[in-house]
Amino acid sequence: MNISNKDNSQADLIEYATRLGDDSLILGHRISEWASNGPFLEEDIALGNVALDYIGRARMYYTYAAELTGEGKTEDDFAYLRNERDFSNYLLNELPKGDFAFTIVRQLFIDVFNSLFLPQLQTSANEHLAAIASKAVKETRYHLRRSKDWSIRLGDGTEESHQRMQKALADLWGYVHEMFEPDELEKRLIAQGIAVDTANLKEQWLAEITETLNTATLEVPEAEWAVRGGRAGHHTEHLGHLLCVMQSVHIRYPGAKW
Amino acid sequence: MPLENLELFEVFVRSKRGLDHKHVGSLHAEDSQHALDYARDCYTRRSEGVSIWVVKSSDVIASQEDDNEGFFDPSEDKPYRHATYYPLPKEVGNM
Repeated sequence: MNISNKDNSQADLIEYATRLGDDSLILGHRISEWASNGPFLEEDIALGNVALDYIGRARMYYTYAAELTGEGKTEDDFAYLRNERDFSNYLLNELPKGDFAFTIVRQLFIDVFNSLFLPQLQTSANEHLAAIASKAVKETRYHLRRSKDWSIRLGDGTEESHQRMQKALADLWGYVHEMFEPDELEKRLIAQGIAVDTANLKEQWLAEITETLNTATLEVPEAEWAVRGGRAGHHTEHLGHLLCVMQSVHIRYPGAKW
Repeated sequence: MPLENLELFEVFVRSKRGLDHKHVGSLHAEDSQHALDYARDCYTRRSEGVSIWVVKSSDVIASQEDDNEGFFDPSEDKPYRHATYYPLPKEVGNM
């Protein structure tokens, strides 16, 4: 391998760690918006715990990306000093939290995804990413238990909760596809045994989602539409607003500590 | 979700293997499974426990303040129910 190949593959790795950090941070921030707005106190705290798991995960990915980047960069540079187009999270993760059904359906989609993704990342040829996955996989086991449980309670609950769940499924379905479409960068890392080939996860993901929705007496959407673009930095109008809030303190008080 | 639709549960956490479960508080939940999850989220988030019990508060039968005289006073003048009441023979040493 010559020098420039090595540089390229280092750049790929930084970008990959950053993406995984973006997915975690943006979703974690969205879940944190439930703090003090939860349906009742216990659920409020539970959602806060999940948000913190994701933000912790983002910190690990960003810290690794910062280490690889050098130049004195830290996790904060990645979280607070990048613009909308620099973020490459899946669009699904950035959508506003919606009602409780919307949040639960999104969590179900992502938790099932992560329960398949993380065990594979644990076997990555990159030991840093594998170590992060080993920590995260335990958290995800609990997240999934929660989101399956709530999906069934709400789907098979009252007429209103059922109808809200079905609507959330319809609203979110078109956002799931990009999770299973590795781009060129990911394909290069898949070839090196570093990245997870998410295309291989779709069948099992769909089977597990279908099983949970069946138990919850909900219909699997058949909608054909799909939106994509998160990995390329093409976002919905919602991400900019999220970043404004999330980055405001750091931008106004650079390097503030508490 | 209105709280009146939820049940109240008492939470017991065992902090280490070999120790007893201790009452740590209560919470609201739909049912016992839900209560167990919330107990994990509300009472063990700083690594407080290795095991959790939850019990419906309505299933706890508690003694009443009014019964205190009848329940607890009679034992006050019965020192012979304490091991320390009995002198130990020297040969036994420390027990």
